[in-house]
Amino acid sequence: MSNSHRTASGGRIDRTRSVTFTFNGKSYQGCAGDTLASALLANGVHLVARSFKYHRPRGILSAGSEEPSALIQLERGGHTEPNLRATQIELYEGLSAASQNAWPNVNFDVGAVNGLLSKIFVAGFYYKTFMHPQSLWMKLYEPLIRHAAGLGKAPKEPDPDRYDKMHVHCDVLVVGAGPAGLTAALAAARTGARVILADEQNELGGSLLTSGETVDGLPAASWIAKIEAELAACPEIRVLRRTTAAGYYDHNHLTLTERRTDHLPRGAAPHLSRQRLWNVRAKRVVLATGGHERPLVFADNDRPGIMLAGAVRTYVNRYGVTPGKRAVLLTNNDSAYAAALDMQAAGIAIAAIVDVRTAVNGPLAAKARAAGITVLENRAVVATEGGKRLTSVDVMPLAADGGGVVGMARTSIACDLLAMSGGWNPAVHLYSQSTGKLRYDEAAACFVPHKATQALHCAGTCNGRFALPDCLAEGVAAGTEAAREAGFTADAPLPVPRAEADAEEPLRPLWVVPSTQLVGRGSGKHFVDFQNDVTAADVLLASREGYQSVEHLKRYTTMGMGTDQGKTSNVNALAILAQSLSAPIPQVGTTTFRPPYTPVVFGALAGRDVGELADPARVTPMHRWHVENGAVFEDVGQWKRPWYFPRAGESMHDAVNRECRAVRNGVGVLDASTLGKIDIQGPDAAILLNRMYTNAWSKLDVGRCRYGVMCKEEGMVIDDGVTTRLGPNHFLMTTTTSNAAKVLDWLEEYLQTEWPDLRVHLTSVTEHWSTASIAGPKARDVVAALAPDLDLSADAFPFMAMKEAVVAGVPARIFRISFTGELSYEINVPAYHGLRLWTEIMKAGAPHGVTPYGTETMHVLRAEKGYIIVGQETDGTVTPQDLGMDWIVSKQKADFVGKRSFTRQDTSRADRKQLVGLLTQDPTMVLPEGAQITAQAGGTVPIPMLGYVTSSYWSETMGRSIALALIAGGSRMIGQTVHAPLADKNVACAVVKPVFYDPEGVRLHG
Amino acid sequence: MSNYSIVSLIRNAFSHHEHWGRAWRDPAPKPAYDVVIIGGGGHGLATAYYLAKEHGITNVAVLEKGWLGGGNTGRNTTILRSNYLWDESAALYEKSLQLYEGLSQDLNYNTMVSQRGVLNLAHNLHDVRESVRRVNALRLNGIDSEWLTREQVKEFCPAINIAPDVRYPIMGGTLQRRGGTARHDAVAWGFARAASARGVDIIQNCEVTGLRRVGGKVVGVETSRGYIQAGKVGVVAAGHSSVVAGMADLRLPLESHPLQALVSEPIKPVLDCVVMSNAVHVYVSQSDKGELVIGAGIDSYNSYAQRGSFHVIEHQIGPLLELFPIFSRLRLLRHWAGIVDTCPDASPIISKTPVENLFINCGWGTGGFKATPGSGWVFAHTIARNEPHVLNAPFSLDRFTSGYLIDEHGAAAVAH
Ligand SMILES: Cc1cc2nc3c(=O)[nH]c(=O)nc-3n(C[C@H](O)[C@H](O)[C@H](O)COP(=O)(O)OP(=O)(O)OC[C@H]3O[C@@H](n4cnc5c(N)ncnc54)[C@H](O)[C@@H]3O)c2cc1C
Repeated sequence: MSNSHRTASGGRIDRTRSVTFTFNGKSYQGCAGDTLASALLANGVHLVARSFKYHRPRGILSAGSEEPSALIQLERGGHTEPNLRATQIELYEGLSAASQNAWPNVNFDVGAVNGLLSKIFVAGFYYKTFMHPQSLWMKLYEPLIRHAAGLGKAPKEPDPDRYDKMHVHCDVLVVGAGPAGLTAALAAARTGARVILADEQNELGGSLLTSGETVDGLPAASWIAKIEAELAACPEIRVLRRTTAAGYYDHNHLTLTERRTDHLPRGAAPHLSRQRLWNVRAKRVVLATGGHERPLVFADNDRPGIMLAGAVRTYVNRYGVTPGKRAVLLTNNDSAYAAALDMQAAGIAIAAIVDVRTAVNGPLAAKARAAGITVLENRAVVATEGGKRLTSVDVMPLAADGGGVVGMARTSIACDLLAMSGGWNPAVHLYSQSTGKLRYDEAAACFVPHKATQALHCAGTCNGRFALPDCLAEGVAAGTEAAREAGFTADAPLPVPRAEADAEEPLRPLWVVPSTQLVGRGSGKHFVDFQNDVTAADVLLASREGYQSVEHLKRYTTMGMGTDQGKTSNVNALAILAQSLSAPIPQVGTTTFRPPYTPVVFGALAGRDVGELADPARVTPMHRWHVENGAVFEDVGQWKRPWYFPRAGESMHDAVNRECRAVRNGVGVLDASTLGKIDIQGPDAAILLNRMYTNAWSKLDVGRCRYGVMCKEEGMVIDDGVTTRLGPNHFLMTTTTSNAAKVLDWLEEYLQTEWPDLRVHLTSVTEHWSTASIAGPKARDVVAALAPDLDLSADAFPFMAMKEAVVAGVPARIFRISFTGELSYEINVPAYHGLRLWTEIMKAGAPHGVTPYGTETMHVLRAEKGYIIVGQETDGTVTPQDLGMDWIVSKQKADFVGKRSFTRQDTSRADRKQLVGLLTQDPTMVLPEGAQITAQAGGTVPIPMLGYVTSSYWSETMGRSIALALIAGGSRMIGQTVHAPLADKNVACAVVKPVFYDPEGVRLHG
Repeated sequence: MSNYSIVSLIRNAFSHHEHWGRAWRDPAPKPAYDVVIIGGGGHGLATAYYLAKEHGITNVAVLEKGWLGGGNTGRNTTILRSNYLWDESAALYEKSLQLYEGLSQDLNYNTMVSQRGVLNLAHNLHDVRESVRRVNALRLNGIDSEWLTREQVKEFCPAINIAPDVRYPIMGGTLQRRGGTARHDAVAWGFARAASARGVDIIQNCEVTGLRRVGGKVVGVETSRGYIQAGKVGVVAAGHSSVVAGMADLRLPLESHPLQALVSEPIKPVLDCVVMSNAVHVYVSQSDKGELVIGAGIDSYNSYAQRGSFHVIEHQIGPLLELFPIFSRLRLLRHWAGIVDTCPDASPIISKTPVENLFINCGWGTGGFKATPGSGWVFAHTIARNEPHVLNAPFSLDRFTSGYLIDEHGAAAVAH
């Protein structure tokens, strides 16, 4: 396969397997093993993107996850993804990618007019303008900003892929599989410790894949293969390729994102989840995350064709790509010389190495000179030319202090590639996330780990060691030590692999490479953050305006806020800020690196918790019957409850009316299994109830039931329900459906934190029991048919009693309690028998016309009786007294939760909102629930409100509408008229007592 | 202070923007001030600004232990709205929203107040009931709010999934069109600049370490930069309010919790309003920069460390994808936490204290950004006049004794 910019041989690519892909609609060839970036460069394509703000043509800066510029939109339709770094996309057959943020295309982008206005569009300009006229902000200015902002596009279709999660523990987690990480992992794994080695790349080796250095006498590739084999032979090793350590949290909890199918053609591996999110808890962590090369900040340093020197070396050595034909290097340190030598060996003509250092005499420089490369010392690149591709650079001599250039004479050097190196930053992102402290290393001009706060070691370049022998030695030491700390030692410790490195000359930090004009003057732009188009002039402006804290700088200029999180820009910006303040860099500070290290796909964070599995749907054992019998369901918390059971042709209104009539006149049955049930046992069970409910429990007889109301400390009702004494030390509490878990937590919190002395145990038995509530004047007949041996007479089995009996052949508890106001029995059977109980009831009840009813009918019937529903008649601001339930608040008990609040000034006010009934003047008018109530009809806003409608229904029983409401001083307003001002009309209502039906409770007791 | 405008921008372009002055002065602390405000978040800065603007009190210092706005002001999801249920809250937050509406012009700093509408979704019958209740109450309080059906929700917010076959289908929602977002940093910076211009000293990197009292009165503050005498002291320290109040032996009914938020990578506009859902617990908007800004739930433990637990972030995303399945392939760019000061009734405390000359403004918890100007406005009044304004009178400290709670927990709105 031939590419215009491919070396004849070498590299890690497979030249025998060519891969076809399209970029911006045009078809290209690459090789297996290419990234999209390397394949584009092999085809001579540099212009791949437009910048965020000025729409400047941009190329490929780096060869890894630090890439700020080469962001592309991958694929189309449901698979499309914005903002991916071309440098990390592994090429696959049929890949389709496009430039983004350019219109109509990346070659001709209308947005580039912004560049003309760049003198105005400086950092934070939008804070200073777009204020007048005020109305244009929303209509014009902001829409323009929004339209211009953003990079790629979101998909329009749901994600076709799925994602998984893994949760693992290990002894040693090694992040990064370069020379330090590989040796650390092997040293640790040889001890028998459980080791995980994760690397974001497709193959192990890290910087060795770029440098190709010799280790233990082997070429890099062979040495890596040997270590891989040795690792594989260890008993407890897990090697995760294409896996990024994204976050480092407390207690050595790290998250890893593993990409399992992204390197394959879309849809090629349907059996695999696309990505896995690993939550790893490691006893010890070794961070061997390497480093990032810094760009140099010089005039117009952003043209396509201007790349990091190390990246160029990677493309040459690893991918067999020559990103240019004729190159200039610009550097402040020795590492670029190694790049220059490799570039030259690959056939790139090296026009010159421009070095800002005054004199360069180290072994690397000597090698370069010996190879015939021109080294221009004490010079700077002061300008670059070339619209969509670099064509030449201008070079000038530097003044002694590096603060300016000398004379006016420029030397122009024609080139299509500029490889730059501003020194290296250890990749301390994860270390910094772990809350470790950093130290500024003056000699290397970078931040290095200083004081760790978690159980971790840094090794190699991540720890500020740049030479290969040091990285290997530190890797071995860190891996051995981490394993030892986790309790493992090796019988045969790993010897440190041998390697050599050239001595390097000191670096010269020249944070802004000077030019003939001061930064910010002239037309050249000194970019610091390529992605967000932040220049050195912007940093100086922010500093001038007082945005001098690093965080202010970032926020004001947006420096480092892009998708690369400033991997290539943060330290440069910090240094320029420090310079502007005449302060040492460490005094200005460092920025906090926030997780994740590289962006994480939302789908992976959600894992399987989407769609049907978003939240468990809880159903009762009778659910199947409900479905088969056409129930319409309502979500109540996580539960699916039958709302009503429409028959063919019935509206909801019809169905509910029919169900109501059935209960009032015959018999109905409700699935009440969802109510919370808490089994309470222990000698102090009654004491607990006394303290948690407002009424008294000590004297409740075994086999008797009592209704209770539970309040919070401030006296507001939080739950209600019936509790039954099953034995002297044994109670069964029922709670509302949605509060079941909350009430259990609440009781446990009190037991565990306030009254650990109480001998009480609580068990949730909600799902142990199925409950059918049979209600209506004919309820007794149905129960009698099901439990023929049970004496159901009112004397033998009175209201608020519980009996154990065999019902339909199943042992059951029957509670004679009622939420409808009718004679009613709640039959509880072990959940396993729930469906059987239900079908038996339907069978036994058939002669009596038993009618299944849902929650809506239940709501209507209880409202007719004035029974409250917690969460409907209450909202956390309602006391039992407000509900007219003074009777349930014990005056005798010494104390209970909420008691002290009932005497507080506001809680005891007479004009609090109180529960009343409302009857609309027009009996056919059903008030909307949530309607507000006022004293007067009409008026101008703000209109004082008395309260609001909590419940409102058509009452089939009463032949008219009814409503419940909470109204200020309502208990003393019975008989008065109030108003519900709706959006379209006013509804007058009479205030009545909140019991509409059978106020004496005759039917209940019958 | 130079005026900000397109004209001044163009003028300064000719001098390469080399003549812009500091946005706010950077003075050394004076030995004494009439009023010392502790906490340089939005609320503290707004208080100082309105003390100067509305009450002519300019001998004021704002003391900030770190960088301005580095607390919750610079960490929140910037949702603005005033659609609160209770009259007391509605009046206070509405005052604030009204101040926001003219804030950029008042401060001469573009705070990017974007009234793109706040949609609160309803997913069950309970939600619907509570939503209707709120809409009705707001209407009678003269605050804009409307009920949208499921289809109207989709029309207003096309990216949303209203399919009936999801776990918690959308049944409708309430919309406050005047709600929206603002640029949080700009709010802090704008107030700082405008306050500084009126004479207020803004002092960063100055931590208050003690409150000096003589005879039950506060007379000054000990700081990392020395003692500063103060006629009155206003504490506006959000998550650290209890710590500062403790310096005067004052115990507050507050709990401090981490609250987390996250943003996606920037994308072209897809979401043109704020969407909030209580039942599914999501709140999300898209910033002017193109990032989706997503709030997570509160971490249940108490903490002063500005980080939360990762599982809270994980659990936030399932619900997000329920509402917006098309966001699944987008990526999390950053997540972070702030420390929120929560009151038992989820309403703030803006109040005098039992300690003379000591005033407190706290308890904004998860939802005080929207209140920034209003809070400063009433707190300035309270400090200047030694008594609360009618708007904040209900929010006094003694409500925890009297029982006059303003409980916004049950009030169907996610408190952001
Ligand atoms: C993740 C998150 C999302 C949120 N989302 C929203 C939202 O969408 N809408 C909304 O309305 N609200 C939201 N909030 C809440 C909102 O951010 C806060 O209520 C509001 O910003 C508080 O402002 P403040 O000025 O009181 O506090 P802060 O901005 O926290 O300011 C307090 C300042 O006091 C300083 N300080 C503390 N102790 C001392 C001391 N001893 N000496 C000197 N200085 C001290 C701190 O450093 C800090 O800068 C959110 C909060 C968080 C954390």
